Amino acid sequence: MGEHISLTVNGARRELDVEPRRLLVQAIREDLDLTGTHVGCDTSQCGACTIHLDGKAVKSCTVLAVQADGASVTTIEGMANGETLHPLQTAFWEKHGLQCGFCTPGMIMAAADLLARNSDPSEDEIRHAIEGNICRCTGYHNIVAAVRAAAAAMREGAAAPVTA
Amino acid sequence: MTDVLDAPATTPLGQPIKRTEDPRFITGEGRYLDDIKLQSMTHLAILRSPYAHANIRSIDTSAAKSMPGVHAVFVGADIPYNPLPMAWPAGGSAGITNNINTPRVLATDSVKWTGEGVAAVVAETPEQALDALEAIDVDWEPLPAVVDSEAAIKDGAPQLHENAPNNIVFEWSVGDKDGTAAAIEGAEVVVTQRLVNQRLIPNPMETRGDIGWYNPGTDEYTVWMSSQTPHIQRLLLAAFVTGIPEHKIRCISPDVGGAFGTKIFTYADMPLVMFASKAIGGRPVKWVEGRRENYQSTIHGRDHITYVEIAGKRDGEVTGVRVKTYANLGGRLSTIGPGIPTTLYARVLSGCYKIPNVYAEVTGVYTNTVFVDAYRGAGRPEATYVIERAMDLFAAEIGMDRAEVRRRNFIPKDQFPYENPSGLGTASGGAKIYIDSGDYEPAMDKALGMVDYAALAAQKADARDRGKLLGVGLSTYIEVCGVAPSKWIGAVGEGWGAAMWESANIRVHLTGKVVVTVGTQPQGQGHETTYAQVVAAELGVPMEDVIVQHSDTLGTPFGYGSYGSRTSSVGMTAAIKAADKIKDKARRYAAHMLEASPDDIEIDGAEYRVKGSPDRKKTFQEIAFALDLAFDAPEGMEPYLDETAYYDTPNCTWPFGTHIATVEIDEETGVVDLVRYVAVDDVGNKINPMIVDGQLHGGIAQGVGQALWEGAVYSDDGQLLTGSMMDYVLPRAAMLPNFELDQTVTPSPVNPLGVKGVGEAGAIASTAAVANAVVDALSAYGIRHLDMPYTPQKLWSAIQSAKGGQA
Repeated sequence: MGEHISLTVNGARRELDVEPRRLLVQAIREDLDLTGTHVGCDTSQCGACTIHLDGKAVKSCTVLAVQADGASVTTIEGMANGETLHPLQTAFWEKHGLQCGFCTPGMIMAAADLLARNSDPSEDEIRHAIEGNICRCTGYHNIVAAVRAAAAAMREGAAAPVTA
Repeated sequence: MTDVLDAPATTPLGQPIKRTEDPRFITGEGRYLDDIKLQSMTHLAILRSPYAHANIRSIDTSAAKSMPGVHAVFVGADIPYNPLPMAWPAGGSAGITNNINTPRVLATDSVKWTGEGVAAVVAETPEQALDALEAIDVDWEPLPAVVDSEAAIKDGAPQLHENAPNNIVFEWSVGDKDGTAAAIEGAEVVVTQRLVNQRLIPNPMETRGDIGWYNPGTDEYTVWMSSQTPHIQRLLLAAFVTGIPEHKIRCISPDVGGAFGTKIFTYADMPLVMFASKAIGGRPVKWVEGRRENYQSTIHGRDHITYVEIAGKRDGEVTGVRVKTYANLGGRLSTIGPGIPTTLYARVLSGCYKIPNVYAEVTGVYTNTVFVDAYRGAGRPEATYVIERAMDLFAAEIGMDRAEVRRRNFIPKDQFPYENPSGLGTASGGAKIYIDSGDYEPAMDKALGMVDYAALAAQKADARDRGKLLGVGLSTYIEVCGVAPSKWIGAVGEGWGAAMWESANIRVHLTGKVVVTVGTQPQGQGHETTYAQVVAAELGVPMEDVIVQHSDTLGTPFGYGSYGSRTSSVGMTAAIKAADKIKDKARRYAAHMLEASPDDIEIDGAEYRVKGSPDRKKTFQEIAFALDLAFDAPEGMEPYLDETAYYDTPNCTWPFGTHIATVEIDEETGVVDLVRYVAVDDVGNKINPMIVDGQLHGGIAQGVGQALWEGAVYSDDGQLLTGSMMDYVLPRAAMLPNFELDQTVTPSPVNPLGVKGVGEAGAIASTAAVANAVVDALSAYGIRHLDMPYTPQKLWSAIQSAKGGQA
């Protein structure tokens, strides 16, 4: 019945049999039990399902699981290094960049993609980079502040380790 | 923003402490409804009406029942439950007739909006359930539809309900009709305007969902729900819908991914998953709402058409306001739908102004649209929009500056507590509901200074040179929070026939760790942090020794939930009262340990000392340890530190402030750019200023969204044209500026914390501020009003037509 795929998820090799119609986000949430990646819409508008596919941010609701065969996937669960949070995670916490938390994983993954391409983005560049991710709680004010803070911390290469 | 703190130097109260709930959210370890997987769980999908108005001749489910993985298919007639409850009729017992129609679990004979549920499938997987929906055959008899509230009450309009002639739910009024008529008739100046407060789709990022589980072994039901009110849902599901005894139902709200009012209510899917789980023998049944379903079947907000008349003198004094509002409540009524455009709207219409004559009539109307209920602000944004637009129209008419007209009419600061003329009225025993405290001018002056209001003409000229129309808009708002004194909400016939107190339990364990359980329910506000700040400050213990539990009717004391910006003023006061009881018992036990009189024990943080003998002392933790073991408890003293308190607030609380929006309109394209947003808010004392700022940011963004982009649009035959996020414009990061916040602080005298509430303030103030700014910009072309949202097409057309008119 299903198609066999193998992919690397947060550094670990995973094998799955999936229906051809299965979306990558469903495979991540339902088959791999990584529920930090969220589904907030059905039209690829909200960005809550943003993950990294081979190092680039994608909305995992727009990718079929079979298309990820052989690829490397990073989800929010793979962002921290052991007990040490990723600088974006730290910054979202420090700057109150989240309220209900539902958009947060996707927002962090989108911002991480930006910071990989641009280590010192302006406020405008940050706002445009996260345009594909909707937050209904924060008005984006503190999200922008968090991304700026994370960029600064990553540039200094000295993000203070914080234990979750 | 102030730098956040890991731990406070002194008291945690009032400090910008980073949130204790955040580690799980930033690592993907939050647990929202759809993240829950239960053993042997099944999945439910709902077939929804494609018609806005239709009779159901028959439903054939036979093909669906034989589809792969399908366990059961239900139609309305299969489910013996009552229709959903109406908890807040307009006027209630005050003699107002409400022609009530609420949804059934699944519609039986007819549907009243596109998206009303008519059948449900339970299957092994969500995909199988959705596939089986396609195989259900409904024989429809489509009927004419009406979606506009003014059209729906006209002769000849399609009729939705036999018990509601002309589609009228209620006709309700408040204020002095004759006095206001006389004031308007004899006034030097009267300005009239029709105002449309368009329908909105609230859009929490997490849609709704439920899991029902019937346990055949105990005959008990557990319902996980993405809800702001698990205790109320248990009560309403038991007492009004299912007939299942309340103690046989347990409701649990897991992490809730935003709500904004939409998750206060009883929805048909809640009893549906309960029924379905029992029907299939006790396997859990999960239903998760898709976003398109959310747009079609979870409540919408606003949707008022209002005619306002504002009367006054040429010196700027406003002497009367008369309002007629048509409130579109949808095809059937949501749980408290009628309460929003009446009590929570018309009774605060006069805002922060001392207006001697106010009269409002509100007609609630059925249309073939999804139901309308409380969306962030709930009635108060609509009221603020009316009075703030009216103040600008009045100022323009008499040629006076808008800020000066407002100053001229503010309730003077020495007149609090103040009873407004359309006010919340009288509670049982004759007690009045007053506006608690206020000092409106300093907030406005601070905001005016921040935007350099005196230099507005120069700013406009500079923008004009760049091909832009610059406009500045004020919104000097007031909000009523902290609902509500039970003696009022239950007495004037305008409550939901229930109390509105809150509760908290505090247990101090043997190791000195403190567990606080509360009846309120967070949806992103950071209650786990702020309750801990309050309790840690009260008990003198470190914040990390306090954990806050909520959201489960098993194990938390009854509470009415979180909405209406009430948790800080009502819920946290209950927590303080519980802490007071804990301290009192600890003091009595310390006295026993120290062989002193309780009156001689003084409490300093966590230290309990004998007055005058500072060496004779016990710590709170030592007392808890000894009293929990109770080896040496005095006669008559129960072991353990475990106290519950219930708090019924004596009054509501009334935050206020001034928001000022600056916009620039591109004359060539009609595009509005919100270039600056300044907000000076007075929310009383703050428990955590970082969280307060965050609440304001989000509320402002939602209100700006209404002014500039958002609007639910139905076609004339009742199809939701803005049926997905591709069609309904939500604010995105690049569409908004940073917000500039400042404050004044006028503590509320109502509660010991002096807090007023902040969850809705931003959304209440900002829509009117942006609307006034856009109209101010367009005033260069003689335009005095335009309805929201201010899309480029609408503004471009208005500018072109004004230019044509000038030529």
